[in-house]
Order: sequence, then structure tokens, then C-alpha cells
Amino acid sequence: MKAGSNLEKVLEDGKFAVTAEIGPPQSANPEPLIHHAKMLKGYAEAFNLTDNQTAVVRLSSIAAAAIVMKEGIEPVIQMTCRDRNRIALQSDLLGASAIGVRNVLCLTGDHQTFGNEKSAKSVFDFDSISELYTFDKLRTEGLQSGGDKIEDPPKVYLGCAENPFATPYEFRGMRLAKKVNAGADFVQTQAIFDMDMFETWMDDVRSRGLDKKIHILAGVIPMKTAGAARYMKNKVPGMIVPNSIIDRMKNASDPKEEGIKLCVEQIETLKNIKGVHGVHIMAVMWEEIVPRIVETAGLIQRPAYK
Amino acid sequence: MIVAERKPLDEIAKMIAPYEKVAVIGCRSCVAICLAGGEKEVNMLVSAMRLKNRKDGRKQSLDGFVLERQCEKEWVKEVEEKILDSDIVLSMSCSLGTQTIGDMYPHKIIVPGLNTAIFGVPEEQGVWSEKCLGCGDCIIDTTGGICPIARCAKSMLNGPCGGSSDGHCEVNTDIECAWYAIHERLKLQNRLELMEYVRPPKNWSTSHSGGRRIIVKEDAKLTPHQKRGREVLE
Amino acid sequence: MPERRPKIIGFCCEKHGLDCVTLAARSERQYDASVRLIRVPCTGRVDGMHILQALEDGADVVFVLGCLEKNCYYDTGSIEGRKRVEYVKGMLAETGIEPERVEMFNASSSMAWKFHDIVSSMKDVAERLGPIRPKGGGSE
Repeated sequence: MKAGSNLEKVLEDGKFAVTAEIGPPQSANPEPLIHHAKMLKGYAEAFNLTDNQTAVVRLSSIAAAAIVMKEGIEPVIQMTCRDRNRIALQSDLLGASAIGVRNVLCLTGDHQTFGNEKSAKSVFDFDSISELYTFDKLRTEGLQSGGDKIEDPPKVYLGCAENPFATPYEFRGMRLAKKVNAGADFVQTQAIFDMDMFETWMDDVRSRGLDKKIHILAGVIPMKTAGAARYMKNKVPGMIVPNSIIDRMKNASDPKEEGIKLCVEQIETLKNIKGVHGVHIMAVMWEEIVPRIVETAGLIQRPAYK
Repeated sequence: MIVAERKPLDEIAKMIAPYEKVAVIGCRSCVAICLAGGEKEVNMLVSAMRLKNRKDGRKQSLDGFVLERQCEKEWVKEVEEKILDSDIVLSMSCSLGTQTIGDMYPHKIIVPGLNTAIFGVPEEQGVWSEKCLGCGDCIIDTTGGICPIARCAKSMLNGPCGGSSDGHCEVNTDIECAWYAIHERLKLQNRLELMEYVRPPKNWSTSHSGGRRIIVKEDAKLTPHQKRGREVLE
Repeated sequence: MPERRPKIIGFCCEKHGLDCVTLAARSERQYDASVRLIRVPCTGRVDGMHILQALEDGADVVFVLGCLEKNCYYDTGSIEGRKRVEYVKGMLAETGIEPERVEMFNASSSMAWKFHDIVSSMKDVAERLGPIRPKGGGSE
């Protein structure tokens, strides 16, 4: 055990894992977090707390983790390289570990031009891979990126993200390999709508033997409207949504129900793909739907560990 | 070369408004080639400012000059009289020229007429693109000759981020994804294995992050003895 | 105050532009304005500097007349001319001077009527705006 987190236990035990996402509020009010934590407790192994997602200023990921931990929920904190240099990233990692955070997702981060602080100076001292590399050295050897040795290194389970739908497609398997080599234990993928394309990527991943070296959690996004599907297809870079899905949402008499049905179907398909060890449900601004999706997908029995 | 852009005229007008005698000084080097501060641009600016003054009923004399290279003291000396005779100098060079004049005549007020923007390359007539950030530790031998520090919005070191879409950057879809380009180039050269290598954190101390940089070439630098000799000659 | 005739400067290319003017001249029409034409080999040679200089030297309005864009004697010369005119208009707008004081026109050799239109429209602009000077009067 690298960190002893619940997520690590489930994955290392070979069980099918469920993670979901909670977006911290754009305020100093902890209530929405507490509300979501109470509502979602028990429906997933761990919950990602996004780090100023899409470069919009929000309550910090680590603080949000501390808040939900009090409610008995296990957090996955997200750490982007957009806003912090290596001093701050390593410091925050030590701090997060000290307060009991055991899962960390390493991300490069959305560029600040997408958010609400467009005139910010970008940092990008690291990219997600050099972040993983540094964090892995820090936890296993107690070696800081500057070379100093530390006592009591952080105990964390390291995750990363990968997008099989970004160009160049043929590099995406290799990129996951780089993340494995850099020290990633699990990966949460971009939301999958195009199953064929995901399978192609998984073929590449399996042929590189990566499914044996890293736990792959396939990403899904439940949609409320056809507009949301169209938005993701046209406006979100590196996202592929087939027209058949947009049509299905458009023609549905109750788009919300259709969205849930679609998401559950996707989970069913993903469960049967060799090498997929779990799902990551990103119900952006629709956290309350997660319990129903988990239940309908037959994943309600979460493994329990002492 | 250094690529700059003229500041908006109302901003320039505000900077020079309180002064009566304005020397507008351009440069025939980089900023002339990027059509921002050469002879033509200086003349047009002077003309436009005179028209504005006429329209606003302001009395102000504006004179334009163009130097061979504004960032070198020897050339600046050529217009020393004009500088000393003015109330304010509006420098139409990159910030290097502006600061050279400022450092040479510390009691004079020097203001910039251009925004210095990039180390860029002329891609086609009227288009310049950024290709270097001057990080002080060039790595393009391993990236197919394409700099990801300057050409990737996130200065990624280990391949494209998840926003690379159809080979374009998520920040600006008119711009190619640097790492997509690197991948294609390395594929062409049969060197894709370079994409696989995990690049550890970059040492940024050679860049501006390490503090202001001064480059010394010892064999070119004058010794104190030589300096004294030159002073005597002058 | 003596009556003042609008001062109009026109840069005309010596191909279609000047042909059009020559044809228009046959009508012997008179204009109540001072129109001075400057012959240029091609409007592609007209620089922003020339236009600004004309305004600085006292013109109320300036026009540039070149060949039709798809039938330019020098292929793309009148397109270059238009781009320069647009740039100068932008500079004028930034300095608070009416950009409509400067315009680009295109004509073919046979479009005599076009020259009449140009002069009368520029004359209207010149009369409406008057010389470049401070608001509320002041000397020229």
C-alpha cells in the first residue's frame, strides 16, 4: 500500500471502482460541499474536488477536501500546474498529506484564458508529467525536486487524467505510458461518448501492457439536454460526441431521463471492456444525480474495508 | 527578431500631452522590418499627432528622427542634440532602444511608443509568430526543432495536453498545437522515440526566473587596461 | 469671413482612375470646390504618409481613386491602396478625427459618372466637417 486510501484498496484488490466529482463553490461557504458530501456518501470510493476548474476561482481543492473528510467522505484532490510553481505544489502536497488526504490527481490544468481571471500570469513550471515524476520521487524516496531529502514523505496515491480523444490520437497511448513511467497509479479519462474510439485507444493501451500497470477509470458525463451534448461536441476542445448521441438526446421526450439512461448504458459497456477498472462520474452541476446512476448501473454495493 | 506593435494613438497622445517639444525617435532595425517603428511609421505618427494637435487646439512641436539601431549607444549619440533639445522623447523602437536612451540621459523623460511583444518570425507579409521565449536552455534538439516552451500555451514539456483538437491549440484554434507539430515532425524523421522520454522538470534558473541575465563574452570584453587606453584615445 | 471652398485632394492612378477623370472632364461640369488631383502610377503606391501629409497641409478631405479591384492594371495595386486607406482611417479615428475624411474609390475608364459622384460626396463631407480645427471655432 502506497497510501492506504480506500480508492487504492478497491483498485489494488481488483474490484471495479467508482469515483465521482464534486465542484467546490465560487464562495467561502462550505455548506454546498457538506450538502453534497452527505448526499453522495457511500456511492463512490472517493470524490474528486476540482482545482479551480476551467480556471474559474473557487474554494480551494485542499480546503474542500478537509471539509468533506469531516463528513466521512474520501477525497481525491486535484492539483493543476497552472497556478503553482514547484515550491507551492510540493508544499501543498505535504500539507494535504498531513491533513489526511491520500489521493492526488496531477493535472496540467485548463488555460486561464477559459476562466474568469483572464489577465492572470500563467505558471506552468511543471506539466502534469513532471508533476507526477516529482510527486512520485517525493513519496517513494523523500526526494524533493531540488534534490533535498525530506523526512516523513507524503503518503499519497497518485492519479492522472488522460484524453483519448485529443490529437495526435496515435500518441495518446504513449502519453499514458509516460504517465505510468512518471509514477501514476490510476488514471481518470476524459468523458467517453465515442465507444469505438475509446476501444481503439484501449487496444493500444493493452498492447503496451499498461492496463496491468495502471488502473483505468473511464470517465462519463450524464447530460440533461441535447444542448449540453452539442456544446461539448462543438465548444469543448478535445471532446468527441457522435451525432447519434446528440440525435438521441434531441429526440427524447424526457431528455433528462434519456441522459441518465445513456450514462448507465455507457457504464455497462465500459464495465465489460478489458482493462477498465472503474468509472469516474463527472456530473458537472448535477451532483445529485450520481446516487441514481450508481444504483441503476448496479454498482450500489461498494466494497468495504476496515 | 524582436517584434513590436504601435501603441494606440490616444495612449501615446496622453503620454506626450503635457510637453511642448517632442522628439520622436525610430529605429531601422527589427522594428522597421516589422513595420512598427521605421522611417515610414515615425513619419506617419508625427503627422497624425500634428493633426490631432490641430484638432484639439494644442501647441506642440513634433520632430521625427530614425536611428540605425536604437539599442546601441554609439548610434544614439548621433541624435544627442535633438534629445537634449526636447522636452520628451517618444521612442518608436523596442523597449531596448527606449531604455538605452533612458539610461544614457537619465534626466530626460523617455516614453515608449511601441509595445514590445515577441521574439518572432515573419510567417508571411504582415504576419509574425512567436517562436522563442529566451529561456536560456534550448531543448529543441529533442523536439524536432520546434520549441514547445514558446509555441505551446502551457509550455508543456512532455507532449500535448488534452485540449489539442484537430492539431490545433485549445487556447486559440487558429494556432497549431506545438506538440502536434512536434509529433508530426518526429514521425517524419523517424524519431518518435523522443516523444516517449519523460522530461524531468525544466531548470528555469537560466531564464528570467533566475533573475535578470547579463551575458559576458570574456574574449570580447575589454580589460580595465584596455578601457583606460580607449578613454585616452577618445 | 470670406466664403471658403472645400479643399479636396485626390490621388488618382494613371490607368483607369485618370481615364475616368478625363472622360468626366468632357462634361465640362464645374464643382464648387477646390479639387486637386495627384497623379500616381498606381494606388498601390499611395502611402498612408501621403494621405496624412495632404491633411496636414490643409486638405479637408482626401480620396484615392484606383482601378476596379478585379480589373486593376497592376493586378492587386488598388487592393493595396484600399488597405492603406483603411489603416489611415483607423489612425484618424484613434486621434479623434473623422475617418470619413479619407475614402477609397474604384472606377473603370468608362465610369465618368463615378467621378462626379466621388467629388460631390467628398464635397458634402468637407462641407459638413469643415477644416480640421478645435471644436467651437478657432483659426485654421
